[in-house]
Amino acid sequence: MNQTKIKNTDTENRQRAGKPRGRVNAYFTHHLWVLVSSLGSLWRTPLATLMTAAVIGIALALPAGLHVLLQNVQQLSSGWEGTAQMSLFLKSGVSEKRIHSLADTLRGWEGVAEVRYISREQALAEFREQSGFGDALNSLDENPLPAVLVLFPTAEAAAPAQMELLLGKVQDLESVDLAQLDLEWVRRLSGIIEVGKRGVLLLGGLLALAILLVVGNTIRLTILSRRQEIIVTKLIGATNAFIRRPFLYTGFWYGLMGAVLAWLLVAILLGLLSDPVNRLSFLYNSEFSLGGLGLDTVVILLGSGIVLGLLGSWLAVGKHLQAIEPT
Amino acid sequence: MIKFDNVSKRYPGGHEALSGVSFHLKAGEMAFLTGHSGAGKSSLLKLIACIERASRGNVVIDGQNLTRLKSRHIPALRRKIGVVFQSHNLLYDRTVFDNVALPLIIAGYHQSEVGRRVRAALDKVGLLGKERVMPITLSGGEQQRVGIARAVVNRPPLLLADEPTGNLDPELSREIMGLFEQFNQVGVSVLVATHDHDLISRLDHRLLTVKQGKLERDGRTAEMRDSSLRGNDGSVERFS
Repeated sequence: MNQTKIKNTDTENRQRAGKPRGRVNAYFTHHLWVLVSSLGSLWRTPLATLMTAAVIGIALALPAGLHVLLQNVQQLSSGWEGTAQMSLFLKSGVSEKRIHSLADTLRGWEGVAEVRYISREQALAEFREQSGFGDALNSLDENPLPAVLVLFPTAEAAAPAQMELLLGKVQDLESVDLAQLDLEWVRRLSGIIEVGKRGVLLLGGLLALAILLVVGNTIRLTILSRRQEIIVTKLIGATNAFIRRPFLYTGFWYGLMGAVLAWLLVAILLGLLSDPVNRLSFLYNSEFSLGGLGLDTVVILLGSGIVLGLLGSWLAVGKHLQAIEPT
Repeated sequence: MIKFDNVSKRYPGGHEALSGVSFHLKAGEMAFLTGHSGAGKSSLLKLIACIERASRGNVVIDGQNLTRLKSRHIPALRRKIGVVFQSHNLLYDRTVFDNVALPLIIAGYHQSEVGRRVRAALDKVGLLGKERVMPITLSGGEQQRVGIARAVVNRPPLLLADEPTGNLDPELSREIMGLFEQFNQVGVSVLVATHDHDLISRLDHRLLTVKQGKLERDGRTAEMRDSSLRGNDGSVERFS
């Protein structure tokens, strides 16, 4: 009895002296070990793991791919927004001199970078050259085209709202027959892009829900198949956190693998699209080429994969682990 | 170490597994718990490991009253109790070493300490060479010894065993009981539930007998040799 007491205190002292740093160390070592071993157990069932990861991957690739495509369209159209311009079609009776003085006045306006004058003759020549209707024009008695002043805004004034303001002002000018903003369709396009972005967001939300369900269900099956092990470890004195840990890390791995797979899928898809897109943009004399996944998109993709994996397993573990108690 | 004070356990449905059981197992003491199957042995062990809660009365383990124990404190209690099961309850997807190491990993021991203690425990049960072996390849007696190594590796002050020799032949059973006696000699309190009367009648320890949920007798195993007592429950027990 006495001997026991001494032995026990001796052990306790040794534990107390050696522990503080050791405990923390052991804690992290344990986490690392669970991280690696949960990957190991996934590795031992490669087909099942791959299928779950593929479902997550496809579900993530869909919104990610659409997002990248939208980004590309937006980038393309923002290039056009920089070349915003306004055409002022002048009334037919206005003299050359008045046109020049009008151009000078406009140059003095705030927000106007440059004003270019296209005389009726120039317009006709240009039209003849570009339209291919030259012969038809020859048969006309007089030049049907009006003189045009093309107005280029400064970079700061190129925003749609300010252009709208400017448009109103020039429309009131006496010599101007019609003022037209060549930005209309660009704005419509950006409107469509906004709709698309919202759509991608909603689609992403739905697919995120699907991922939660897939991960949750997979983890649920894993928990049920390891029921006996959970009971034994609970009997030995494992805390709920200890038992939860491998399942959470499994969810983490599913999420990460799915996200990496999604990354690969989107990269492959973009690779397959880039050749025809380049050919198309060459036909339009454009420098545009398809942009890939940006670093920020990749980070968001991986992050959301991991978060969804963890969350899905957390939900499953919270629901099913409580129910398994030794009897 | 174990103190039962007028403990009753009634299961949902009305079956009363234990009624008014009181006894006290002191620290460092070893006792056998015997009785027919269904007499309440398992319920009694479950109350000690806090797998079940008492319906009435108090169960106090190592100074801790389990009646008021919050469920988040159960893991800490169970770490103080080494449990040996009849069915071994080993994890068959990992090695003998990993099985025995589990309580230490749960308790957060450092890697080097884990290796040292696991080897010490395996050495004690005579399985030092089998660290890397999968438990399924071992015989029943060896598996039971792995279970014992796992129960004692954490050096718990209390060791519980539920029919530890249930599936073993007499010689292996004697070996296993010998191990329990060795742990008892270094100060571990031991409570072994068994109905192997032949075996325990050769040993000299305290004997608790439960019958129909009541503590029928609290004496010594030596008293079993008295033929009148054997006729009363020993011989019947053996053939049931």
